Amino acid sequence: MTKLTKIYGWGRYPQQDAYLHTPTSFTSLEFIAKQKNSVLARGMGRSYGDSANALNVLQTTYINHFIEFDEATGKLTAEAGITLREILEVIVPSGWFLPVTPGTSYVTLGGAIASDVHGKNHHSAGTFGQHVKSLRMVLGTGEVVTASPQHHADLFHATCGGMGLTGIIVNATIQLLPIGSSLISQKTIKANCIEAACEVFEINNDATYSVAWIDCLSEGKSLGRSVIMLGEHAEQGGLNIDIRQKVSVPFSTPSALLNSLTVKAFNAAYWHKSRQNLSQTVTLMPYFYPLDAIGEWNRLYGKKGFVQFQCVVPKLDGVANMRKLLTEISNSGEGSFLAVLKQFGTGNENLLSFPIEGYTLALDFKASETAIKTVKKLEDMVVDMGGRLYLTKDAVMHESTFKATYPNWEKFEAVRAQYGAAGKFSSAQSKRLGLA
Amino acid sequence: MKKILIIGATSAIAEQCARIWAARGDALHLVARNEQHVQVIASDLKVRGASEVTTYCTDLNGMDKHEELLDFADDALEGVDIVLIAHGTLSNQKSCELSVHETLAEIQTNALSTISLLTLIANRFEAKKSGTICVISSVAGDRGRASNYVYGSAKAMVTAFTSGLRQRLYKSNITVVTIKPGFVDTPMTSDFKKGFLWAKPNVVSKTIIKVIDAKRAEVYVPSFWRAIMWLISIIPNNIFKRTSL
Repeated sequence: MTKLTKIYGWGRYPQQDAYLHTPTSFTSLEFIAKQKNSVLARGMGRSYGDSANALNVLQTTYINHFIEFDEATGKLTAEAGITLREILEVIVPSGWFLPVTPGTSYVTLGGAIASDVHGKNHHSAGTFGQHVKSLRMVLGTGEVVTASPQHHADLFHATCGGMGLTGIIVNATIQLLPIGSSLISQKTIKANCIEAACEVFEINNDATYSVAWIDCLSEGKSLGRSVIMLGEHAEQGGLNIDIRQKVSVPFSTPSALLNSLTVKAFNAAYWHKSRQNLSQTVTLMPYFYPLDAIGEWNRLYGKKGFVQFQCVVPKLDGVANMRKLLTEISNSGEGSFLAVLKQFGTGNENLLSFPIEGYTLALDFKASETAIKTVKKLEDMVVDMGGRLYLTKDAVMHESTFKATYPNWEKFEAVRAQYGAAGKFSSAQSKRLGLA
Repeated sequence: MKKILIIGATSAIAEQCARIWAARGDALHLVARNEQHVQVIASDLKVRGASEVTTYCTDLNGMDKHEELLDFADDALEGVDIVLIAHGTLSNQKSCELSVHETLAEIQTNALSTISLLTLIANRFEAKKSGTICVISSVAGDRGRASNYVYGSAKAMVTAFTSGLRQRLYKSNITVVTIKPGFVDTPMTSDFKKGFLWAKPNVVSKTIIKVIDAKRAEVYVPSFWRAIMWLISIIPNNIFKRTSL
């Protein structure tokens, strides 16, 4: 374990040299956790920025076993390093689904908890952490404890969304969602500006799933034109899952291929191709994880990588504020074709959980000095609007932004101090944001 | 449903193979040294769909236990269809050079224990005229190299032994598969710097299952290793001895 390996998040920016420790069992995990002065658990490395970058990394690759699955009640216990994809392979055929899922299935259970991820059903189901029954963790003190909403509740609410900074999650028990079929009934609605898009979300608040692709480069009257996709679990159609990956991007493509012209053309084509009020039935994987069909798509952004900007702005004045942000992005001409808009429901009591009631916008910027300037400018605007940025996507946020927009950060630090996590579990991001 | 005995069940490659079999609903009997580790794997395989999972713990260097081990497997599975032998250690070449004891111990683990098992299994399968035996050997056995010839010579013995066994058992309707993995990114090789030649155990295991299903004989995994090892094997000794390949 004397050699350094280059590691980075999904955005491939920034990069860091790290010592990788890959325990093969709980015993060796415990040993590594106790031995190292400062360490951070890392799963699939799918958070975008530097939140899983650290000098000493505890890779959970081999801590990926199922422990128990009760097909009658939908209660699942598994080790932290298992991926949501592996879980789906087992649970879907017996009529269960993840209660909340992010846009990729290539994340670990531990990562989903540490990021308190959200999905297309946030407005009705909340975040992933809200469906976690209990967690088994190795603390900075060396103790192994179980945390749940009833037991060590302070630790539990700091750990869900806590970016791995409270300890090493070893395993977790979650409550799954029953489904009658693995098909999704999808309805597509086109909205020709941001105001119309937000109205569609409002009208369809009772839809189980809702998300919009948004054209971040459209201007003027059609600023923020969107294609909103609503979804419901179908009642019939069998319980099948196909997790084979279709294609993969074999190497980093020249980043010049993604420029304002090609992206504009892609966005225009996407808009015109989408049909108003189209109802169709689609299978699970392409509905929830469209980009998982293309392995390593992050290589499309070239060697330098990209940064993702995801913010949420409060519902009050949310539509007007979204227009301001979109105007800024459109003027910059740098937004990518992977832009997503969604309405969030109410937030939860997890100390660093990202969602608050309002609108969230996520988009990629090819990593460059000008793009980072744009992102910083957007960051300042979001602070003024009373919103915040998603730690899982962040690579550049300033400490003052974090502390102003995550008011529970002091409580979070108090819990970390109490459970021996301060200084023991840290990442490049936590250091940048001024956490102990 | 197949009835499968996995020897060295905590090895990363064996575990990934077991997951594929479990998803198919096969019955598995796992043999390993570490009780705690194999129990974690057994619970996992049950959730992944294995119709039955049983375990047996032993140090395979204790060859006097091999008959008993196979008896237990026969009882647990009510007859064995497939055996996967995957146990082994990656020898520390430098310390082997300084110690006869360590060199012989590595050959014991990586070759002799396997040969003991193969001898017993072959006779059992031959008596019932059916069965598939799959052994994980290594590309390292194709030519001894300064950097790992202790491990390599043990694997060479396994490759040669299985080659002969394959010929002997062919007329008894028994398949003997020799797998020669190249570099695989497993806990056994965690100290190595990984490059483009490295394969993931879940990819290697998919090939192994395909090869077993197709009853093939001797297979390099991934397949490009056949070309690499051919090149290495044709280099004349006069040149080879001067290189650090």
